Amino acid sequence: MHLNCVVNGEPRQVDNVWPGESLLYTLRERMGLPGSKNACEQGECGSCTVYLDEVPVCACLVPAGQAQGRRVRTVEGLAEATQLDPVQRAFLEAGAVQCGFCTPGLIITVHDLLRRNPRPTDEDIREALAGNLCRCTGYEKILDAVRLAAAESEVR
Amino acid sequence: MTTTRTHAATGTGRIGDSPIRPDGLLKVRGEFAYSSDLWTEGMLWGATLRSPHPRARLVRIDVTPALRLPGVHAALTHVDVPGAKCYGLEHPDQPVLAFDEVRYQGEPVALVAADDPETARRALAAIEVEYEPLPPVVDAEAALRPDSDLVHPGGNLVRHVRIRKGVHDTPDGVPELPEADVVVSGEYRVGMQDQGFLGPESGLAIPAADGGVDLYVATQWLHGDRRQVAASLGLPPEKVRLTLAGVGGAFGGREDLSMQIHACLLALRTGRPVKMVYSREESFFGHVHRHPAVMRYRHGARRDGQLLWVRAEIVLDGGAYASTSAAVIANATTLGIGPYRVPYVAVDGWAVYTNNPPCGAMRGFGAVQACFAYESQMDKLAAALGLDPVEIRVRNALRTGDTMPTGQVVEGPAPVAELLRRVQAAPPAPPTPTGDLRHLPGGVGNTTHGEGVVRGVGYGIGIKNVCFSEGFDDYATARVRLELIGGELTASVHTAAVEVGQGLVTVQEQIVRTELGVDRVTLRTADTSVGDAGSSSASRQTFMTGGAIKAACEQVRQQVLSRLSSAAAANPAAYRFVEGKVLAGTEVVADLAELVGDQPVEATAEFRHRPTQPLDPQTGQGDAHVQYAFAAHRATVDVDTELGLVKVVEIVTAQDVGRAINPQAVEGQIQGGTTQGLGLALLEEIQVSNGVVLNPSFTDYLIPTIADTPPMRLEILELGDPQAPYGLRGVGEPPTISSTPAIVAAVRAATGRELTRVPLRPEHIAGVTAAGEPSPGER
Ligand code: FES
Ligand code: FES
Repeated sequence: MHLNCVVNGEPRQVDNVWPGESLLYTLRERMGLPGSKNACEQGECGSCTVYLDEVPVCACLVPAGQAQGRRVRTVEGLAEATQLDPVQRAFLEAGAVQCGFCTPGLIITVHDLLRRNPRPTDEDIREALAGNLCRCTGYEKILDAVRLAAAESEVR
Repeated sequence: MTTTRTHAATGTGRIGDSPIRPDGLLKVRGEFAYSSDLWTEGMLWGATLRSPHPRARLVRIDVTPALRLPGVHAALTHVDVPGAKCYGLEHPDQPVLAFDEVRYQGEPVALVAADDPETARRALAAIEVEYEPLPPVVDAEAALRPDSDLVHPGGNLVRHVRIRKGVHDTPDGVPELPEADVVVSGEYRVGMQDQGFLGPESGLAIPAADGGVDLYVATQWLHGDRRQVAASLGLPPEKVRLTLAGVGGAFGGREDLSMQIHACLLALRTGRPVKMVYSREESFFGHVHRHPAVMRYRHGARRDGQLLWVRAEIVLDGGAYASTSAAVIANATTLGIGPYRVPYVAVDGWAVYTNNPPCGAMRGFGAVQACFAYESQMDKLAAALGLDPVEIRVRNALRTGDTMPTGQVVEGPAPVAELLRRVQAAPPAPPTPTGDLRHLPGGVGNTTHGEGVVRGVGYGIGIKNVCFSEGFDDYATARVRLELIGGELTASVHTAAVEVGQGLVTVQEQIVRTELGVDRVTLRTADTSVGDAGSSSASRQTFMTGGAIKAACEQVRQQVLSRLSSAAAANPAAYRFVEGKVLAGTEVVADLAELVGDQPVEATAEFRHRPTQPLDPQTGQGDAHVQYAFAAHRATVDVDTELGLVKVVEIVTAQDVGRAINPQAVEGQIQGGTTQGLGLALLEEIQVSNGVVLNPSFTDYLIPTIADTPPMRLEILELGDPQAPYGLRGVGEPPTISSTPAIVAAVRAATGRELTRVPLRPEHIAGVTAAGEPSPGER
């Protein structure tokens, strides 16, 4: 099966995609985009979160074929080459990154949250991020990062 | 909404600062190469066939049907292991690939290498294995009885640790304890916890022209892996070269080997690079877990609350193979009465072989299980005497100069009472806001609007040893090089120390900047071409590799000073290296860049902590530990007493870190560790029934989410240990230890129930099943 879709702004074609192959596998193993992570491949951890037509999805649960003709945006495509999205910068500055395996998925989820809700309360943040597991941080610094990113977006 | 990065590390990033971690930029951009991200031209995918039985005789394995499939390049069994057939961190008893008998569900039996993961999966399915199932040994206590089936021919006991302080046994082996005014007793159980690191076990093995192999892997200890891999490959260690790939968390679960030998065997057999990546389900079978424990405790005290004696018996289920069980039981017992001064102590601990999943290292390493028991006992004693739970702990708090049950004298700060007072004095948690379900137990599940919800507060304090104990030759190596690169002074550091997420890379740079007064520091990728760093475990790596880097920097400084003058070299303490200058007092005496010139300065140092002693096998006496670390918790919970659901409202942690080399990383360790303790209290258990794991997925094994985790208040003390580099105290494990009993104490306070087993289950909290009784389906 051929797959044609737009990934991080670029039209891509992949050949020989198996039926049943996940979008996560296609991104990681066939498109050279391993930024989206594979912590469970069961839809439980959020480490594989990407935008599909600007809606966040668990790429491990999306059959690759469903991306046909659609736009995919991954953590690698969130900012220009030498730049950082404010969410990425806030994660760095707040110390929200330890092993970092949860980070790409969380950054997409937070990016989406702040587009929908630029001034989230802590409860809003917890609710929005409840599908993203982090085993290292205990989430406090992830909350700090979201608050920081929200505050910075506010200033601009 | 993009902006450029404005943060600059120049002029900052010394000890006590919190600079941005050097791997952070790659991590937030998704460009950091974890072990599961590796790819190389022509690589094959390796996969593992595992036993479905917890115990069975292996009658026959036939891999030829797999080899007939197109795209399959190798299928291996135990006969293909050229070197040592078994490996192990402390005791090589674990088969690389099973022969004769499988001893746990998930034990590796055969391997394949294929063009892609799907073909590899089909190849595994094509392998024919004939098993003759045997009744598994699943109860650790029963396994110690003389009539038990044997898991290994040498018997089911891995190690018995016996500690007697001021106590003699009667001729029939009963410890003689003095008369106490009050005695409390209890039996406590801890379930099997999983490390749940997010990055799956994975790596890439590449065969080399010299007949050796290069392995890129996520691990905790490169040289420890190399020793075991080389032995099983039948290769000299220098032909097995390991390089660290990005590690997605570890928490003890990467201290034992997983796919390392397997990938190398496949690469050497096929002559092609081989990548292996475990799925989450396979990961649950691919690494050791925290030991389940059964613990019987009795505490004898005077009427005023002073502890007189403690008697404890601890049984740890080590599962099918030894892993680090012998060291885990030593920790559970030597730290088994907690940070308290007790004149008479009798502790016995047994680590036992069963056909359950193998258990070994997990953050807290034996100290976690014991803490749940002794802290539950302290609360019971407080209740029996009508004392406040903090007060009874403070009255018995360990102080500098006191002796541990092993006879070891506690040196350096031991702020047990102060940590307890700190968490107690923190402002109380705010009352539960009304009108938002998200604040209530059960959350948006809409299980209560506040009816039946009761608040409880509980306390806990724990003790942990730092670094390796019992006479182990524990050291770390670092190479530091100072040179001009493009006219700029640059220090580069090379160690084999593993960054697992804790922030070791940041700390390494901070130490070099501080010691050498240079801004630009580069870290070489950790690999085995430099000396051993020891494991990133036991809260030891900042202490040990930090100590080695400091020592190497001191040698570099010495060499630089000898270029200045022989007088300077003879008196190095009189000089400081600050911002590229050499200072005597406040006077600039030389420019560092000029002294270095085109002659780089390089030094390699090994660092050892002070020696420790083995435990006396009869009495358990001996100065076995290097350093003790302490943390205390106060937990506030809201409990739906009807449904048995818990909302943790707040956790306060106080910890002495000696010196916070990187305050932000220290906070992250405390918050993360505290949360893993919360998981053990309320959520996390690998459920095993008759040797079979029931819940090997994140659907059924519950790691705390952000919705389960409360706001955390931190009280960080920096009291300085004179025996440690910079005065630091290992920070990673202590916060994991006492959050569990603090949360359970809070739930007990809310419900009045005894709750003797973790993780707590709703049926226990709500009183549907009596405390301590097994629930339906429990082994
Ligand atoms: S990898 Fe997709 S949710 Fe975990
Ligand atoms: S930083 Fe390791 S899982 Fe989140």
